[in-house]
Amino acid sequence: MENVYLGIILAPLIGSIVAGLFGKQVGRAGAHWVTNIGVAVSFILSAVVFNDVVFNDAATYNASLYTWLVSDGIRFEIGFLIDELTATMMMVVTFVSLMVHIYTIGYMHDDPGYQRFFSYISLFTFSMLMLVMSNNFMQLFFGWEAVGLVSYLLIGFWHKKETAIFANMKAFLVNRVGDFGFLLGIAAIAMYFNSLDYADVFKAAPLLADLNIQVIPGLDWSLMTVICILLFIGAMGKSAQVPLHVWLPDSMEGPTPISALIHAATMVTAGIFMVARMSPLFELSTTALSFVLVIGAITALFMGFLGLIQNDIKRVVAYSTLSQLGYMTVALGASAYAAGIFHLMTHAFFKALLFLAAGSVIVAMHHEQDIRKMGGLKKYMPITYWCMLIGSLALIGTPGFSGFFSKDAIIEAVHASEIPGSTFAYISVLLGVFITALYSFRMFFLVFHGKENIDPHTKKHLHESPKVVTIPLILLAIPSVVIGAIAVGPWLFGDYFGDTITVFKEHDVLGQLGEHYTGVMGFVIHGMMALPFWLALAGVGTAYFLYMKRPDIPGQIKAKFEGVYRLLDNAYGFDSFNQSFFAGGSRKLGKILWQIGDVKGIDGIMVNGSVKLVGWVAGAVRQMQTGYLYHYAFAMIIGLLVLVSWVLARA
Amino acid sequence: MIALSDFLILGAVLFCISVAGIFINRKNVIVLLMAIELMLLAVNMNFIAFSYYMNDLAGQVFVFFILTVAAAEAAIGLAILVVWFRNRRTINVENLDTLKG
Repeated sequence: MENVYLGIILAPLIGSIVAGLFGKQVGRAGAHWVTNIGVAVSFILSAVVFNDVVFNDAATYNASLYTWLVSDGIRFEIGFLIDELTATMMMVVTFVSLMVHIYTIGYMHDDPGYQRFFSYISLFTFSMLMLVMSNNFMQLFFGWEAVGLVSYLLIGFWHKKETAIFANMKAFLVNRVGDFGFLLGIAAIAMYFNSLDYADVFKAAPLLADLNIQVIPGLDWSLMTVICILLFIGAMGKSAQVPLHVWLPDSMEGPTPISALIHAATMVTAGIFMVARMSPLFELSTTALSFVLVIGAITALFMGFLGLIQNDIKRVVAYSTLSQLGYMTVALGASAYAAGIFHLMTHAFFKALLFLAAGSVIVAMHHEQDIRKMGGLKKYMPITYWCMLIGSLALIGTPGFSGFFSKDAIIEAVHASEIPGSTFAYISVLLGVFITALYSFRMFFLVFHGKENIDPHTKKHLHESPKVVTIPLILLAIPSVVIGAIAVGPWLFGDYFGDTITVFKEHDVLGQLGEHYTGVMGFVIHGMMALPFWLALAGVGTAYFLYMKRPDIPGQIKAKFEGVYRLLDNAYGFDSFNQSFFAGGSRKLGKILWQIGDVKGIDGIMVNGSVKLVGWVAGAVRQMQTGYLYHYAFAMIIGLLVLVSWVLARA
Repeated sequence: MIALSDFLILGAVLFCISVAGIFINRKNVIVLLMAIELMLLAVNMNFIAFSYYMNDLAGQVFVFFILTVAAAEAAIGLAILVVWFRNRRTINVENLDTLKG
């Protein structure tokens, strides 16, 4: 099977190299063909692997193909670990990537950077596959950084746009913060386990569970807690959890296919995947799990609020992504790793769908992204309308849609969880359901229904997007509807993941839920009677009332709660705080170092100072060099006298 | 009987006079040369005194060598001085400071 795995990884890489380095030679059509075929090959091979692992129960493949170097017993290798988790991620990544590749042909049709764009997204697919297929921390880190790099390149794809440059710099820097924690976590693992291989580390982890270390002398910290929290800081950066979430809304400066592929469906879920992969470590530390839970809950609720006041269609979806990532993190914190991954998968489909549909709207509107300038688009773009509706229904967790199963499972799992912070998390995710429904349908109504506020010139050209755009939408809409119902049974309550994910008995919330599980229909019926469904319904109802029936009310609310509005509009002040404290602070620090350290210290004291010292010494010595012979003779005689007396006195 | 120490004291006094001559003199190079000669004579005095008191003629032989060399040196020194004077029109020690850095 090694050749198949290699094929999965290398096909997009080859596509990327051809489109990137030989873009001029292959031309625009050549570039999109070679990358599309590369990703399609990758997708088909992934499907083969998926079939093999999931349906034919092939044994877990875990081997290293290439040893890069060996240092002090630690092996740096490139290898693959193919189990159910990996196979699932491969399917999700390659499928969404393929859809986005096809979609891009239409979306980027007139862009001068066509080949470059295809090269980047294929490179992204390669990096993401390296990340999920890795069997060791080194390769995980490689993939982790590579997707970060591609994300940086793609956010700043339109590099003549000032805001895009700012956004990609911001994304890169914020991710650095997370990656620093991640790297420290990996370093701690290398230090205490003396290995970077997943299997070795997971096997040795229970032995070190009770080990305490002192990072700060005098404070005993559990090794596992330190490692897990450090690794999770990495996940916070990549998966945009509070307070490292600030880059994700800004990343919407990139082209829409990127927002769908990287900043919604795949890359941002790398953190979720990583934590699920590290479940044998996280299970050992309840403290770390609580930390994960609380951070996730904060993200899920408070980022949802921000979605309520956005007017940029992509930003609404971006904040909804943040909120949904919060849900996944909450699931991880509650030890419902399977539910987290499940939501990751369903979210990948419906969020990619939402983004691509939003992109379709944007193209039709001639790159107008303000939802206040849309309205009534339903009759112009029926396919996009229905796809967007399906995506939104899946997002808010309408019973029967994919999002319902995953989200409901998470909420129930948090409800059942008993670790510290779970009550807060439960309330947050419940409220989050209402908020999600409210902002999703606010956007939906403003864009597709109601009064037409479209620019008359744009209106003349308004029409449904071409087939390369709508076909991926339809292909993504199908799993958005059905995948939940198909997968929920085996995935959450069966042994789909087998030994891939470790959950301790005392944390096993999904196991508890599984005792009441009576099949898909039972789940749906139960869901219809439960609180989240009514909250979602209330959210949609509120959105309908506020934006369809009485469009005057939102303005009044805004005027009444000026302070709250301003708080939300400033995104809780994270940005301005970062700007003034971290960015401003480091600029100030840099200035101080420059003026005191560089100008005064190095230039003043070290360089000019030593010059001055030499000059001064020379000036002093020069006084002794009179040039008179008798002075020299005097020195000689006195010297001789001193030396002789010294020799004599010693003897 | 004159004691050995008396001769040695005389030698030391002569030597000190010559050293003082080198330092204190600021005017004339010839005085410098004379001071150097005097220094050699002080050494000769020591040689002779030791030779006499130790009954060893080697010391007196050395003195002859030194006198010979000193004569040759004085001749060369004076010759240099003459050439110097021709070039510079002065033999003032104060002006001989080309070694100054």
